[in-house]
Order: sequence, then C-alpha cells, then structure tokens
Amino acid sequence: MHPAYSVILFTTATGAGYGLLVLLALVGISHGEATTIAFGLTSMVIALGLISIGLLASTFHLGHPERAWRALSQWRSSWLSREGVLAIVTYVPAVLFGVVWSGLIHAPDLIKPLAVITVVLAMLTVMSTGKIYSTLKTIRAWHNPWTVWVYLTFALATGVTILAAITSVFGNFPAFLVYFSSAWMAVALIVKVLYWRSVDAAPRDLTMGDATGLGRLGKVGQWELPHSVPNYVQKEMGYAVARKHAAKLRKLVIAALVLAILLMLSALVVPHAALLSMALVLFASVVQRWLFFAEAQHVVTLFYGAEAA
Amino acid sequence: MTSLPPPSAKKLGLVIDLDTCVGCQACVTSCKEWNTQGYSAPLTDTNPYASDPSGVWLNRVHGYEVKEQGQDQSRIVHFPRSCLHCEEPACVTVCPTGASYKRAEDGIVLVNPETCIGCKLCSWACPYGAREYDQSQGVMKKCTLCVDRIYNENFEPEDRQPACVKACPTGARHFGDLGDSTSKVSQLVAERGGYDLLPEMGYKPVNKYLPPRARRDATNSPAEALPRPDGSAFDRLFQWADRVLSPRRADGRTSDLDHSGKLEG
Repeated sequence: MHPAYSVILFTTATGAGYGLLVLLALVGISHGEATTIAFGLTSMVIALGLISIGLLASTFHLGHPERAWRALSQWRSSWLSREGVLAIVTYVPAVLFGVVWSGLIHAPDLIKPLAVITVVLAMLTVMSTGKIYSTLKTIRAWHNPWTVWVYLTFALATGVTILAAITSVFGNFPAFLVYFSSAWMAVALIVKVLYWRSVDAAPRDLTMGDATGLGRLGKVGQWELPHSVPNYVQKEMGYAVARKHAAKLRKLVIAALVLAILLMLSALVVPHAALLSMALVLFASVVQRWLFFAEAQHVVTLFYGAEAA
Repeated sequence: MTSLPPPSAKKLGLVIDLDTCVGCQACVTSCKEWNTQGYSAPLTDTNPYASDPSGVWLNRVHGYEVKEQGQDQSRIVHFPRSCLHCEEPACVTVCPTGASYKRAEDGIVLVNPETCIGCKLCSWACPYGAREYDQSQGVMKKCTLCVDRIYNENFEPEDRQPACVKACPTGARHFGDLGDSTSKVSQLVAERGGYDLLPEMGYKPVNKYLPPRARRDATNSPAEALPRPDGSAFDRLFQWADRVLSPRRADGRTSDLDHSGKLEG
C-alpha cells in the first residue's frame, strides 16, 4: 500500500496526542489539580495540539478537504466516520478537563468525572483509527487481531514518554513515571513484534488463479497488462518499494525502542535524557507506521502479476 | 446512507464470456467515451499525448496465460475487469460520507461526485481494483453500469444497454437482471457454469464470468488425427506433383512429407 505521508503523520500525531491526553487524565484522577498552571496548560496544549495537527493532516490527502465535514455522517457503517465523530466529541470533555485540571478554573470536583469521560473517548478514538485498517479484508497484514492493539499501545507509549519529557523540563520528575513510560514502550515493542510474527505467519493462500477464477483450467500467469503505464490501482495498492528494506527497517524500530527505554531509565540520573527518549520513540512510531503501509499487500495485486496474496 | 439497503429483487449486472472475448479493447474505449460525458463525467486524463499518459478508466482488459495440464502450449485468456456491483460491497460501507451507495431498486453501486471527499478508502476496500481515483477532479470514479443509458427513454429500447455491451464485437458481454432466474443472463450463467470472482472475500459479486470452453485446437492434435491419403485420383495427382517438384537428393530419392507435416529423411 502506498504510504501517504499525511496519513502517517495523522495516525502517529493523533495517537501520541490521545495517549498524552489519557495520561494527563489519569494524573488528574490520581493527583487532582496539576502542580502548576504552567505545567497543566503546557501539557494540555501539547496534547490537543498534536491531536489537532494530526486531524488537519488527515484532510491533506483528501481530494476535497472542504467537504471533510461530510465524513461525520456515516457512523452507522464506517469506522472512518466513527473516528471523525469520536475525535470531535472528545474535544469537549478534553478541553473542559484541561481548564479545571490545570487550575484555570478552580473546580476540583469536576476533574475526576471529566477525566474519566476523556480517557474513555480518547481510547475509543484511537481504537477507531485502528479499526479503519483492521476491518479491511483486502489487506491481510491489516486484517489482523493485533492491528488495533498496535495502534493503542503506540499511542500510550508515545503519550506517556512525551509526558515524561515535559515533566523532566518542569522539574519534579517522579521515578514512577520513568518506570511507567519504560514499561509502556516495552509493551508497545512486544505487541509490535507479535503483530509482525502474526502477519508473517499468516498464509498467503490466494493466487492469480483464484483471483481470476482461471485456476480451474491450469496454472495462470500474466501475459499482457491492460495498460502501458501504471494506473491508480497499481500506484496506490501495488506499492512495493519498501518490502526489500523491510527487515532492516523492522530492526531499526526495535533498536530505536530499546534505546529509548534505556535512555528513559537513564533519566533517573540525568532527567533530560527523557527528551531524547521521546524523540526516539516518536521516530520508532513513525517508522513502524510507514512500514505498516509499505509492507501491506493488497489482494488486487493478484490481477497485476502478484503470485500470491 | 452507506449502510446497505435490504437486498433488492432486481440485481442488474454483466455476464462476461471469457471464451469469446478477444481482447480488442472496444469495451474499454466505448466505456471511456460514454462515461467521460455521462454520470461520472469527466473521466480525466493526465498527459494524454505525452510519453507517460495516465487517466481514469472504468474497465480494463487483462491478458492471462493459462498452462493447462496435458497441453504443450499455453492458452491466452482475455479478461475484462470492472465493478462487479457486489451484493455486499465493503466499498460502500466504509465510505464516511455516504457518497458511495448501493441503489435499493436495482443494486447498482454508484459514487455521488458531488459529495465524495476523495479519501480513497473505498478503493482500498475493493479486492477487484474497480475504483480509480480521479486526481484532477478529486473524487473516486467507478463503473455506473451506464445508469444513464439503461433507463434512458431518449434511446431506442435496444440501445438501453451499457456502452461496453453495445460495443463488444463478439458478443462476449451480456447485460441483464441476475436476480431473475428466468432472465437470459441468469440462464446463460446456469448453462455455462458462470462463476464469481474471489467468492471467499464474501462480497457476493453480481457480475458473473463464463469460463473458457474446453480447448479445441487442431495444431496441437497428434499426426494420426490429420487427414490421410485416401488413394483417390486427386491424391495420386498431388503425390506425383510433390515427387516431381521436390528437389532431388544425392541418393537419388526425393524428400517426402510425412503426415505430420515434418520433412522426413
């Protein structure tokens, strides 16, 4: 599948934003009001900023961005529509939570209920993003039970690491957050490896003979393409450039995450190492998301010469 | 609404005969010609006269080579590919805007070019590559089953058929109601063992493909099957002419043709 940069930015940025939002809400539930207004506002602006940048980026790949509002209408059947609706609805409790949690308006009783609603909606939004992909039967590497978990764990791993990095800047960096963010990065890494193992083990049992139905006659091969230059279907669904580098890039993701965990642990001694750790985990998140698209093979490639899908 | 309508009794679609399709591309060009001024108009091209032309086409004809068991030579099958107007199309249910829809009255799957946002998700959901994105219009395009021809009362009744069907010089494309088991197309499917593409995907295509008939190719037949001399006056005349005209060899014999057409000796 063609990896559109706007979609990669959209899914990784909103993932990190919602992950951070969830963590801030959890902090609100456990500790009440933010330690300082500056810390509360900065982290809320970063969370909502990442979400907003991501959502804006998602409209860049549209043919008609001005019609994007129409995408809110088909939540009964479409996960993309559900994601859009949930993303917008989440803003309401998230902004209200940010206002009371950061202490702009002093209302400690509202922090917990708003935080709970924010956590639930943010997680549902990330789940919907994953569902857009995991419900596509045409792409075996996406139509996989691990897909949604990858989206959720990377959202939380990037979110909690950003929180650790912000906290390291504002001082008052608790050791618990170091361990907690390291643990989430480890979980994301394990889930991603399990996803890769599952995808690699899945049988590619459809052939050109199955796609064309000509397999009943004998062995089917491509004789002549219907057109002399690649068409939309081949460019969008037949993207295969990355596959030859896939093994290397997977190792890069693993190495970046392991290094990010080590750097986070070293933040116990040097707090600002959390910033580097954040950069690395965001890098790993983008690379694995790029691979998620670039490695995925679409069934339609069978009509265009792929031997199996 | 992208939720699917209840199954319609009427299921309009195409039946494509892979036995008689000769890959002439007439259906491809007539489709483009009609639809660039029809419902989905325009079907745009990019660099149409340059070295790397590309454009939106709603119908593509592939060529496949099939190696049958027990046959020395492969056979070529021309394979037209377009929207199959599935009974349960995922391209419709994934659409976030409702621009993609399946008509309740006859099952035709359409895209409303006025409301499509060009997110391309429907093309990802289609296993048949039936949808092509129109870069310059910013919307998705697909086969309309010539919805603007088949109900067009300005046309003579015999012309109320999709452009591809009208254009096919070998009669390899048939249009009709596949929901009606007594229709011509349904009978053709029953008679010839028409099949679905990728039934395992579960989208229940309405269009059907008729498999190529068993091969009947004399050039592959064994020598015994070729006509043998029957000893008639004509036969003897031709054998005499063959002897006279064949070049004389060093051993004084003339070369001779055997029954398989290969030179002997």
